[in-house]
Order: sequence, then structure tokens, then C-alpha cells
Amino acid sequence: MEMLLSILVGLLFAAALYQMLSGHFLRVLIGLILISNAANLAVFISGGLYSNQPALIPESTQVLTGEVANALPQALVLTAIVIGFGLFAFALFLGIRAYRDLGTLNADKPEHTDKEPVN
Amino acid sequence: MSILTGLIALPFFIGLVSFFLRRHPSVIWIGTLGLGLQTVLAVTLLQSVLASGPMAAALGSWRPPFGITIAADMLSALMVLVTAIMGLATHVYSVRDISKESKHKGFHFFYHCLIGGITGAFLTADLFNLYVWFEVMLIASFALLVLHGRKDSLKAALSYVTLNLFSTIVFLTGVGLLYGLTGTLNYADLYEKTRLVEDTETLHLVVILLSIAFAIKAALFPLYFWLPTSYHTPYPAVSAIFAAMLTKVGVYALFRLFGFIVPADPLYQDVLLFWAWTTMAFGVLGAAAQSDVRKILSYHIISQIGYMILGLALYTPLALAGAVFYLVHHIIVKGNLFLIGGVIEQRLGSGQLKKIGGLYRAAPLLSILFLIPAFSLAGFPPLSGFWAKYVLIQASVEIEAWTSVAVALAVGLLTIYSMTKIWAGAFWKAHPDDVIFDTRAPQASLLPIAALSGLTVLIGLFPDHLLGMAITAAETLLEPAPYVQAILEAR
Repeated sequence: MEMLLSILVGLLFAAALYQMLSGHFLRVLIGLILISNAANLAVFISGGLYSNQPALIPESTQVLTGEVANALPQALVLTAIVIGFGLFAFALFLGIRAYRDLGTLNADKPEHTDKEPVN
Repeated sequence: MSILTGLIALPFFIGLVSFFLRRHPSVIWIGTLGLGLQTVLAVTLLQSVLASGPMAAALGSWRPPFGITIAADMLSALMVLVTAIMGLATHVYSVRDISKESKHKGFHFFYHCLIGGITGAFLTADLFNLYVWFEVMLIASFALLVLHGRKDSLKAALSYVTLNLFSTIVFLTGVGLLYGLTGTLNYADLYEKTRLVEDTETLHLVVILLSIAFAIKAALFPLYFWLPTSYHTPYPAVSAIFAAMLTKVGVYALFRLFGFIVPADPLYQDVLLFWAWTTMAFGVLGAAAQSDVRKILSYHIISQIGYMILGLALYTPLALAGAVFYLVHHIIVKGNLFLIGGVIEQRLGSGQLKKIGGLYRAAPLLSILFLIPAFSLAGFPPLSGFWAKYVLIQASVEIEAWTSVAVALAVGLLTIYSMTKIWAGAFWKAHPDDVIFDTRAPQASLLPIAALSGLTVLIGLFPDHLLGMAITAAETLLEPAPYVQAILEAR
């Protein structure tokens, strides 16, 4: 299972990077979603996977017994998903605003800030 | 509540108050008061670190290494203090710089959150927590960058946002792999565990991921392109705090990574050395090709970052001390130069050197205030930049790293060229249209500039204090036992 997910992470990273290398901001955004999910999955797998074993302490005992899922990477991933979602929402809105103001999302099209203003 | 949690909580508290009072004029005074208090707290922290060594506090009731720990050694304490000073100075400057509309949109809220995020990044002792602080800083900086909604800042934001998001995702992947490798993310625990890792290849991979993430933040060659594209577009006050602090957080993270978390390795030192040289050279050459005040200054951030990385790469006590000294000096000087650049643009309506001039005759006080940080940046004695460069070059000579000496000296020389260019373009030559301007800057703008210039002179005349603290910081990096102990015993 870990192997399978690791390959998936690799594929996601590859697809995301391919999208992000494009000059069009919309495709960059799609790349951003993919790459942030790839990173989240990578963190998730890094703790090791155990199926059907939640990290809960049974009522009768005081400590965890046996093999259980590692709760920490799950907490980390949850945090990262929330943060990533917020940042992506910002990036999306930035894209909409830029499209409205600049008329294009193609990075090669509008006069870049590196160039000196024409006026 | 310990002083460490106070330092992180205070900016967010002020930010929250500023949000609700954003339409009220008192928001300025609340911010000034709060940042003043933050400075006092930071001085207290520095004094207690000076007196009794590194200190730490555990958040919640989770004991280290399981919960989040915040800790301060000399390096953190110094950085927190300059953050507070710079934050205060830029805040006073922002009174006249930021339009009413932008203030109503919540400038102060984002500004204080940014300060809080930076302080958190300097104080945390947990790698995932560092990631969270990076995100706090990022989202605040995104908002500040596009606040005035001009077209060029929107364009700049597209590249700034994309590259910075990419960098945090690379960071997160590195954190995940490192956790898989060591089972911990606490700095002190990592310090012990990374030295036991047998799978050094995966460790190298983690180091590559983390250092690329931090290098994008710190704007190292060849990952710096987002910086000169974006730093000249927002409000001058915003670009001043960005220029002073944001790249330095990346540098600080590199210091923690290579100076503490992973064991020293000749391979890392070689790569860092190469990074330092190229960053210094490309930054200063990029600056030479520019003709806009804030763009020249933006490229200079890059070349100066190279000096700090040089100190880290040489990895001797003196070189590290020099780098820490450089870090502090550069924050003050660079922030100040951006503020002055803002005044120039505000008064003359442009930062393009071709279109402006005549400031020396019209505003002699501003000219002197510009000369101090400009000469300091170029490394003239007896200003702070001279000592920073002197210590670094001395450290290179000690271990006979002649290439580093040559690069550092040559880049210093080219820095003088760029500073002279601004001086000649904006101050010395007559205005192309021969107009006499009302060049009196408002006091709210001149006061922080004068204060920061004064601080530069003070550090230059009495470098012993700061140098002593920088040496202590370097010693803690090389012999981190007290820092490790403080983190692991935090309650």
C-alpha cells in the first residue's frame, strides 16, 4: 500500500510540475492543487500506514496497545490541508482579480513588472 | 505566561484590536504602543538570554519533544529584537505612507500579523510549527502586497504568490520525509536523531528539499527571480518591511538547518559556498543594470544575502559571528534604504533615476540620512556595514579561503557603484525638468529614517556590544548543548 501511494505521490508531483511550468496562471493554479495534495499525501505516508487501527485507548486500559495508526502525521496533514485551502482560495481570487484588471492570465502577455513602464 | 509566548501573542492581539478599530484614528497609536511594548519585551528577552543562556517554553501541557516548544538562544533573541525595532520604525513611517482606503481595508491587521508570523518563525523550536509560521507570514504578505490594488502589483503578486506557495510545499514535503526518517520534528530531538540516521541518502534528500524551500525564501541564486519582480511594486512601507525581514527569515531557517538540525558535512559547506558566491555576484550585477531606486535596492538584498550565506558556508566561529552581525546590520540598513526610496518616490513622483534629481539641493537632511545607510551597505568605516564585511573577510583570510575574500571585496566595490548611482541620479544631478519641488518630507516619514540611521551609526561606533552578542550566537550554533537542553527541559 505504501509503495502504491508513493508512486501516486510521484505521479502527482510530475503532473503538477508539468502544469506549473506553463505560462498560463490557470494551469499554474491547477498545478498548485495537485502539488499540495502530493505533499499532503507524502506527509501522510511518512508516518507509516496501518489499516483499521485508530489510535484510541480502550476504556479498560491506560495506554495504547498493539499496532495503531500514527496520529501525528494525520494531525499535520489536517493542518496543512486547512492552510493549503486558504492559500489556494487567495491565489484563485488573485487570479480572478488579475484577469479582470489585466485582461489575460497568460504570464507572457501583459507587460511584465521587470520591464520599465512605457509612459 | 512566559515572555516567549507573550512575544508571539502580542502582535496578534494588537492585530485583532487594529482590525476592529481599523476606521478609527487611534489605530495608529495602538500599533505604536503595541510595537513599543514588543520592543521592550524583546530587550528583556535578550537580556535574560545574555544573563542565563537559552530559554524555552512548552505550549499547552505537552512536554517536549511531543508538543510544540518555543525557544530562544542568542540568535533568535537578536532577530526578535530587530524585528520589533524594524516593525516599530516601519509602522511609524506607514502613518503617512498608506492611504486611508488601504487602512480601512485592514492594513494594520495584516501588518501586525506579519510581525507576529516573523517573530513566531524566529522563536519556534519545531519544524512543522516553522512551516505554520511561514504560512502566516505568507498570507499576510500576500494581502499587503496587493493592498493598493495597482495593476503592476497584481502582476508582481502572481509570480510572488506562485513561487512562495511552491516553496512552502517543498518545505512541507521535506518535513514529511524528515518525520518519516526520524520520527520527530522538535529541533532538539532532531539534533540528536539526525546524527544517528543511517540512511544518509534520504537525509541528503531531505536537506535538498528543505534548503531549496529556504533558498527560495532567502532569494539565493538561481531562485531569486520573484524578489526583484515584486519588491518595488507595493507601498514603500510594505516593501521596506518585506526587504528587511522576509528574506532574513529564510536565512535564519538555513542557519538553523545547516548550523543545527543536520550534522555538518563538507558537501553541504561546498554547495553553500558556491551558493554564496553566485548569489553575491548575480545580485550585485543585477543591481548595476537597473535604473529604478527600489529595483536597485531589491537586487542588493540578493547580493547581501550572499554574504550571510558565506558566513554560514565557512562555518568557523568568526565567520558565523560575522554572518549574524551582517544579518542584524542588513535588516536595519536595508529597511531604512527602502524607506528613503519611498520618500524619494513620494516627493518626486517616481523612482526612475532618469526622471528625478535635485534632492541634494532641495532636501539636504534627507541626503545625509541617505548617505549613512548607503555607505554602511557599501562597507565604509566606521559604519555598521564595515564591521560586518570586515569580520567576514577576516574569517575568510583566517582559513585562507582566498576566492571568498576576492568575491566579497569585488562585490563590495560594485555595491559602492550602485549606491553612487542612486546618489548621483536622485540627489546630486539637477532635476531633468528643472522643477523646484516641495521636498519637505512629513515628520512621520523622517523620524523612523533618522532613528534607523542613528542606530547604524551607533552600531558602527560601538560594534563591540553587537559583535559580542554575535559571537555568543555563533558559539551556541557550534556548541548547541545549552539550547538543546533548554528545549528538552521546557515546561
